[in-house]
Amino acid sequence: MSRSVGTVTIAVEACKGCDLCIPACPPAVLSMSIGVNRNGYHHPELHDGCTGCSACLMVCPDFVFTVYRAERSRG
Amino acid sequence: MKLVGQAKPDLLLSQEHHMCPGCGEPMALRGYLEAISELGLTQRTIAVHGIGCYTSFSMTTDLDLVQALHGRAPSVATGIKRMRPDAIVFTLQGDGDMVNEGLQEVLHTAARGENITCVLLNNGVFGETGGHMTATTVLGQRTKNSLDGRDANYHGYPILIGDLIARLQGAAYVARGSVHNAAGFARTKRMFKRAFETQVRGEGFSFVEVLTMCPTGWFIPTTEGPSYMNETLGEVHIMGELKVDGVIRTTDELHEENIRKAAEIEAALARGGVDA
Repeated sequence: MSRSVGTVTIAVEACKGCDLCIPACPPAVLSMSIGVNRNGYHHPELHDGCTGCSACLMVCPDFVFTVYRAERSRG
Repeated sequence: MKLVGQAKPDLLLSQEHHMCPGCGEPMALRGYLEAISELGLTQRTIAVHGIGCYTSFSMTTDLDLVQALHGRAPSVATGIKRMRPDAIVFTLQGDGDMVNEGLQEVLHTAARGENITCVLLNNGVFGETGGHMTATTVLGQRTKNSLDGRDANYHGYPILIGDLIARLQGAAYVARGSVHNAAGFARTKRMFKRAFETQVRGEGFSFVEVLTMCPTGWFIPTTEGPSYMNETLGEVHIMGELKVDGVIRTTDELHEENIRKAAEIEAALARGGVDA
């Protein structure tokens, strides 16, 4: 299990299940859910190892991702 | 944890929209809305929207906005800019709107060197009215009325609008980006910034064309949209900054730069972030 230095929140109800974020994620820590949201779409789920690079946010047509990154500690 | 990317751009009132799954237009929308707010131009900007799928964003875009008729947005924008020279005026049009319905509007506006910015979302189909062929559809591309692919003998050749506008003396900055991956988005957002900066400096007409995915109109699964776009539209409509500071770039220069930039941005993303 790799350490996460970033994280994303996923607005699952806004997702239309296009899958574009899955190949776009450089550390490959997103996968599509087995379950579906209220509109019947599968949505991404986050696993450990997020770097907070925002690639998912840049390719998401449905504005689903909010990205956070850990602030680097000094020294 | 520090917030590094917001789900929806500040200048959009609602996260919800009616675009199909896998559509590229909302990404392009994010690009220029974030560029406008990051350049601090929000209060000065007036948008002029054409007619297309993206017209539904006229209701949720948090900017002063005029809705123009099919293809007429550059002329409406010209009027606004001449009456309000301090405003930052841009148009949003699709390929059907700009290149089919109102080609002369954009060409004359560019030739006159009007100090406005035109944004073109180019996917090679009339998405809103059912996905039929436009003037920018590339040879071999399947659409609703070219099911065996566009045939030069029957349908004619595509218009490469970015290259056409770059040749006009009044155009100061012409660029063609894409939103088929994160690296493409990051580059396109920089192009938007450079286009708006060109307008702020009053150098003349600026134009940003964005290749967007339309999996519905292309009859392909959403996951294949980016690669299909890159291999069909991207091979003909060559991406890159076609004209910078009045100098037109050659296709070879653009190809070389595209490979270098894509590698740079992908390496930056793998390291954990890119400044768009």
